[in-house]
Amino acid sequence: MASWETVIGLECHVELNTQTKMFCGCRNVFGAEPNTNTCPVCMGHPGSLPVPNAEAIRRIVKIGLALDSAIAPHSLFHRKNYFYPDMPKNYQISQYDLPICVGGHLDIDLADGSTKRVGITRVHMEEDTGKTTHGSESGRIHEAEYALIDYNRAGVPLVECVSEPDMRTAEEAAAYLRELRATLEVLDVSDVKMEEGSLRCDANISVRPPGSEVLGTKVEIKNMNSIRSLERALLYEAQRQIQTMEAGERLVQETRHWDEGSGMTTSMRSKEEAFDYRYFPEPDIPPLEPSDGWVEEIRATLPELPRARRLRYEALGVRSEVVRVLVADRTSVMLFEGAVAAGADPAPAATWITQDVAALRNETGSDGALTARHVADIVRLVADGTVSGAGAKQALADAFSSGAGIPEIVERLKLRQVSDTDTLGTFADEVIDEHPDVVEKFRGGKDGVIGFLVGQLMQKAGGAANPKVAQELLRERLRG
Amino acid sequence: MTELCDLTGAELSAKLASGAVSAVEVLESSLGRADAIDDRVGAFLTRTPELALERAEELDVYRATGAPLSPVAGIPTALKDVFTTNGVRTTCASLILENYVPPYDSTAWARLSGDGAVLVGKTNCDEFAMGSSNENSAFGPVHNPWDPTRVPGGSSGGSAAAVTAGEAVWALGTDTGGSVRQPASLCGVVGLKPTYGLISRYGLIAFASSLDTVGTLTRSVRDAATLLSTLGGKDPRDATSLDGDRLDYTAGLDDGVSGLRIGVVAEASGEGVEPGVRAAVGAAVDRLAALGADIAEAHLPHAEYALSAYYLIAPSECSSNLARYDGVRYGFRAGGAHADSIAMMSETRGQGFGAEVKRRVMLGTYALSAGYYEAYYGQAQKVRTLIIRDYETAFEGFDMLVSPTSPTTAFPIGAKVDDPMAMYLNDIFTIPANLSGMPAISVPCGTDAQGLPVGLQLTAPVLGERTLLRAASALEADLGLDLRPPVLA
Repeated sequence: MASWETVIGLECHVELNTQTKMFCGCRNVFGAEPNTNTCPVCMGHPGSLPVPNAEAIRRIVKIGLALDSAIAPHSLFHRKNYFYPDMPKNYQISQYDLPICVGGHLDIDLADGSTKRVGITRVHMEEDTGKTTHGSESGRIHEAEYALIDYNRAGVPLVECVSEPDMRTAEEAAAYLRELRATLEVLDVSDVKMEEGSLRCDANISVRPPGSEVLGTKVEIKNMNSIRSLERALLYEAQRQIQTMEAGERLVQETRHWDEGSGMTTSMRSKEEAFDYRYFPEPDIPPLEPSDGWVEEIRATLPELPRARRLRYEALGVRSEVVRVLVADRTSVMLFEGAVAAGADPAPAATWITQDVAALRNETGSDGALTARHVADIVRLVADGTVSGAGAKQALADAFSSGAGIPEIVERLKLRQVSDTDTLGTFADEVIDEHPDVVEKFRGGKDGVIGFLVGQLMQKAGGAANPKVAQELLRERLRG
Repeated sequence: MTELCDLTGAELSAKLASGAVSAVEVLESSLGRADAIDDRVGAFLTRTPELALERAEELDVYRATGAPLSPVAGIPTALKDVFTTNGVRTTCASLILENYVPPYDSTAWARLSGDGAVLVGKTNCDEFAMGSSNENSAFGPVHNPWDPTRVPGGSSGGSAAAVTAGEAVWALGTDTGGSVRQPASLCGVVGLKPTYGLISRYGLIAFASSLDTVGTLTRSVRDAATLLSTLGGKDPRDATSLDGDRLDYTAGLDDGVSGLRIGVVAEASGEGVEPGVRAAVGAAVDRLAALGADIAEAHLPHAEYALSAYYLIAPSECSSNLARYDGVRYGFRAGGAHADSIAMMSETRGQGFGAEVKRRVMLGTYALSAGYYEAYYGQAQKVRTLIIRDYETAFEGFDMLVSPTSPTTAFPIGAKVDDPMAMYLNDIFTIPANLSGMPAISVPCGTDAQGLPVGLQLTAPVLGERTLLRAASALEADLGLDLRPPVLA
């Protein structure tokens, strides 16, 4: 195994969440009644014509800029011709040799703390197809008795992002896909839900002896519906290719299908069976020629990208493991940013958000009534000793469901700790007077009995004493 | 006897405006003419008399209020059966769309209809507009009203014949390689192909998208100008439609040709042009000179490659445009059990398309195939660029160019059906304007020895429609031809 190098490149398809489809005014929504969001254009009716969706073009430019691609001053749509029943025109409007976004890269952070730069070959604009459901008693495609086609998805704006073959392990590929997904999420251009198909990923994988500059025979894998299945499929396929090579057999260039159930890839079609797409420039759509000014306007709207954000959070003193959990979730990021802006110490704020807040959100399946202000108050009141850790948790849970302000909750639930040394000192004196036998034991070396004395003091304070301060005061007196 | 349906749109519009006639009377005249002769002409695939009558009655009610009418209001209009009409069958003269009823109106028809034009029916044509004689219709040929044994030209043969015979006052056609101008020439009417992009293609069922142009068939140049005034202007549904508002193209129509520099295309006067055509066009050019135009010889050195380039570009685009006719969503589907969806599509297309369509789909599929693309499609696009440059160079010295529209007059039905090359040569003078996107018009300029009409073609630079129409109108007025086809005798 160690004597082979795996080479991986990914082709990701991203459905944009624009209001309307790529070339017509139909609504672009997931999960609508079949064939309710269709019109003559996306159904490929005779005489209908495509008109590009300006917002979709704006979004792909945004994606390109986030990936450091060059935005082509002149790009063309092409027709990709092949027959398939769920493709209404029997050609897909796509891009070929003149894509909108050329080149670029995405930096990914690996588990060992290292960073890797993955090249982006191109990012281009195209349209999605409809969806076919094959029907039969057995449910197997090749035994299907009929096919049902839903054209709601036909014509949905689709961005294809092609990476360079720069990844060497399944882990790197997964990290790349995670980073791409996080990037698209902050750009707010797509729902990026792999389970709904708004983010889809095909992989090209080959193996070669280490040090070899020549790429091995490439296999394309399709049908991976989660990052985990991408990783599993790549691990399986690398192993299969290595075993084939080590057995002295030849690999064939082909497309293989990942089967989640069996955990294996199976051959779909060989290179010889590949389609000749007969690409040619789409005559119904003029060239796209974005002005520099327009591109710069879009660049100015780019949000902070995930990796830059992670580095910034680490610089704020948040531990990298916490940062990773924090940035993986949009609500957590918003709470964190808000709390820090309100003056909270970043490290404990991040911990509260990724632990206690996350637990409350998981339990309830909602974000509750919690705001960044709540988080900031919790952090501050714990830091200045106004509430104990346990009290803070209680206040947080209350705020999560009631939405009330933390100071108000602290008062209502009497969570304020007494830290005032005069009051607590009087209690300490009383406790020492009332329990001479225990004091004796402590002075005799039984340090553990301090707990009992703190407990007694706590009772006098109605449970509101700051335990740390109470213990200090007791020890001071007992030593003296 | 001249009936209402034999008048021009402008004449009828004046009578409607003055109240001399009603829209229903005008319509009934056209419908009566079609009832009387369409079994001999075969211009229509679908007639819509009931819808038309309803429309005309509505217009008469509206007219009675004294409200101003558009110049197209109440005029019996025919559409080549490649324009979608909401609720009215649209076949492209193909079995594959024999029962297809579109759910929407083409922009061209929507604009005419919106201004009150009355649809009398959908006209026959070559299947998917592929042909020059109208013999490629799945539903039978159209007969030239000048001689029913002869073709009307194509592919807009039904539209040209209907206008010639008074079955419609005017009609829309489409011109991809001459399909409006050549039948206009062979039928003795005016055929205008405007600048590519001036009229929206939305709802024009595509043959070759980069060449397809909506055109008009009319009995006068003025009517062509009137229709263009209604049809032109940006359409947000067609990304290739040109920016700009609707213009009034009748303005300046009578300004004459004095001082216009007109180039006679040298490459279009040699071999293959019938003597009768050469004589009529030559005489008309002399008249233009007499009217004050400066006439000199012009050259389009790459014109000889236009036909070859066209027969690579048009079939390539057609092979892709026609891929959607697969029996899955609409139109004809081959009966019987099919092994799988691809087999169903193959059988549907095998049975649904005619021979010429299949020939062009196969040509185009081949020309776009991996390994051949550069040699065929790529090369043809380069020729196209050279032809555009030829025109640009020529238009540095001329305001417009003149040539015959077609090398021949109407030929007998069946004469060229077995010889695709001979058929393709019909369009040798019209194709360059499609490749270059420039506007061109065919106007009747006389008859040959057999009494068949001859058309003269004028070509202007991009968006030069006003000059083009002005010159055509001057020639029309000067010649004063009374072209009444014998079928009406």
